[in-house]
Amino acid sequence: MAAVPAEAALPARSESPTWRRFKDAFRRHPTAIFGAVVLVLMVLVALAAPYLHTVDPQALSPIRRLRPPSAEYWFGTDMLGRDVYSRVLYGTRVSLTIGIAVALLATAVGLAIGLVTGFVRWADAIVMRVMDGLMSIPAVLLAIALMALTHASLGNVIFAITVSEFPRVVRLVRSLVLGLREQPFVEAATAAGTSLARTLVRHILPNTLAPLLVQATYICASAMITEAILSFIGAGTPPNIPSWGNIMAEARSLFQIAGYLILFPGAFLSLTVLAVNLLGDGMRDALDPRLARRM
Amino acid sequence: MLGYFLRRLLATIPVMGVVALFVFSLLYLSPGDPAAIIAGDLATPADIARIRTKLGLDEPYFERFGHWLAALAHGDLGTSIFTGLPVAHLIAQRVEPTVALTVCTLIVTVLLAVPLGVLAAWKAGGWVDRAVMAFSVLGFSLPVFVFAYLLIMLFAMKLGWLPVQGYRPIEDGFWPFLRHLVLPSVALGTVYMALIARITRATMLDVLAQDYIRTAHAKGLAPGEVLVGHALKNASVPIVTVIGIGVTLLISGVVVTETVFAIPGIGRLTVDAILRRDYPIIQAVTLIFSAAYVIINLLVDLSYTVLDPRIRY
Repeated sequence: MAAVPAEAALPARSESPTWRRFKDAFRRHPTAIFGAVVLVLMVLVALAAPYLHTVDPQALSPIRRLRPPSAEYWFGTDMLGRDVYSRVLYGTRVSLTIGIAVALLATAVGLAIGLVTGFVRWADAIVMRVMDGLMSIPAVLLAIALMALTHASLGNVIFAITVSEFPRVVRLVRSLVLGLREQPFVEAATAAGTSLARTLVRHILPNTLAPLLVQATYICASAMITEAILSFIGAGTPPNIPSWGNIMAEARSLFQIAGYLILFPGAFLSLTVLAVNLLGDGMRDALDPRLARRM
Repeated sequence: MLGYFLRRLLATIPVMGVVALFVFSLLYLSPGDPAAIIAGDLATPADIARIRTKLGLDEPYFERFGHWLAALAHGDLGTSIFTGLPVAHLIAQRVEPTVALTVCTLIVTVLLAVPLGVLAAWKAGGWVDRAVMAFSVLGFSLPVFVFAYLLIMLFAMKLGWLPVQGYRPIEDGFWPFLRHLVLPSVALGTVYMALIARITRATMLDVLAQDYIRTAHAKGLAPGEVLVGHALKNASVPIVTVIGIGVTLLISGVVVTETVFAIPGIGRLTVDAILRRDYPIIQAVTLIFSAAYVIINLLVDLSYTVLDPRIRY
């Protein structure tokens, strides 16, 4: 007799309220599902780039330069006769790598600094002034200035964009921590003699993860756009790496005769960024139902 | 009030200090020896050493920072490595197109985005609302330069309504000036417009749910009067805040837009400087744009008391 209600309660318990909220929100937001599907497709394209009817994206063929899209060259060829379809598909790898790497790095750095500044008074004043200063330098200019100092490489691009993105994470984490530290459970932990480090990691950190996840999605989208802008103006990914920004940069003087050099990488970039943004909006709505009705 | 004004002004000093330190460090860390570049190819090591001492390149970091700040206070932004001309002079030559483009974009965008946001909130759930929300998501996802090329291909190359690229100063006549600014402004303003429309809508939705809005309707005010006189007035503080913060989107976008449309402004100067590794120019542009951003947001903060009489400092 007693076993029946216990069994009935099991499936309900295995589904946490947060997870159910997620599923409900996704049902209500078909756009978020669209975003997720497009993003998964892009990841698959990035992983399977060599097997999707592509050729070496760097292979030159001066005789076949600037061919418009055709059955042989799906996206046409560029001014050095390279196959644009292959270059665009391989470019997916660059954009996704940079987007994800910047999102992870900026979130990790911002989280570490934000946790400490939210709790340590004297550090707060200094660190937040530095963050205010960094945030008042427009992101693209900050990244340009850093890239000008070093040579072009994938790592440097990731570093430069991370520097321009992480202050916003510090801001967010700090404001969350300032709210959390007044909560009774934090007070209880302190009263029980928990060390500051342990309080931060065990009690504060888990409560900042949900908003951070949303923020990380937006950073990923913004980083992919910034990379394209940097490459487009010649301060980004090295020209020998086929990134979407680089393909478009090479088309800067050719767009009147070869618009497809802009259209194909531009469409891939816009679609990927749109997918990430839609996914972010969906998660934000799932995590904050009150905000969902407004935004 | 005056006390608040002064305190707010003082608060910008540490922010600009951080910006100045960052920008100076860029020059300090930049590869290459400016003395060797200025001395030229035929200089002896002794010549270079003399120029180094004259320029103060041998001094320690903070002493050089001090000299640099002092020079800055006198309007000296350094010397361009590539052209040998003063950076302040080079920037002054390029200011006009950039100011024309950003101011034009700012005005048109705000005049379009705020009414759109208000309309979307008023008719929440309706087709205007859906269109505004779809636009705001798309606006955030379409990179400035991709959208710019789409505009050129459609309106300049295919339809031939507007010039493909270039800039005409206002002295050449108002009409040519405007014709050359339409496409760049639309391209530059889209993200900014998406941001403002979105925030306007969200804030207006909050305000429209308030009791005093119901009261205003109940006492028989016209819907327009309620929307503008009661709702928008109370929603103005967050909207103006976002207009200020969003200026950073315009500044970042200007570099790209000027490149696509071949507009000879500060953004174009920056891109040319990147290709030539002309650090003093990159540094000066970063400093000027950041200062512009800080000043605009200072003005936004000070405008709160005008917009909302309840805010008293």
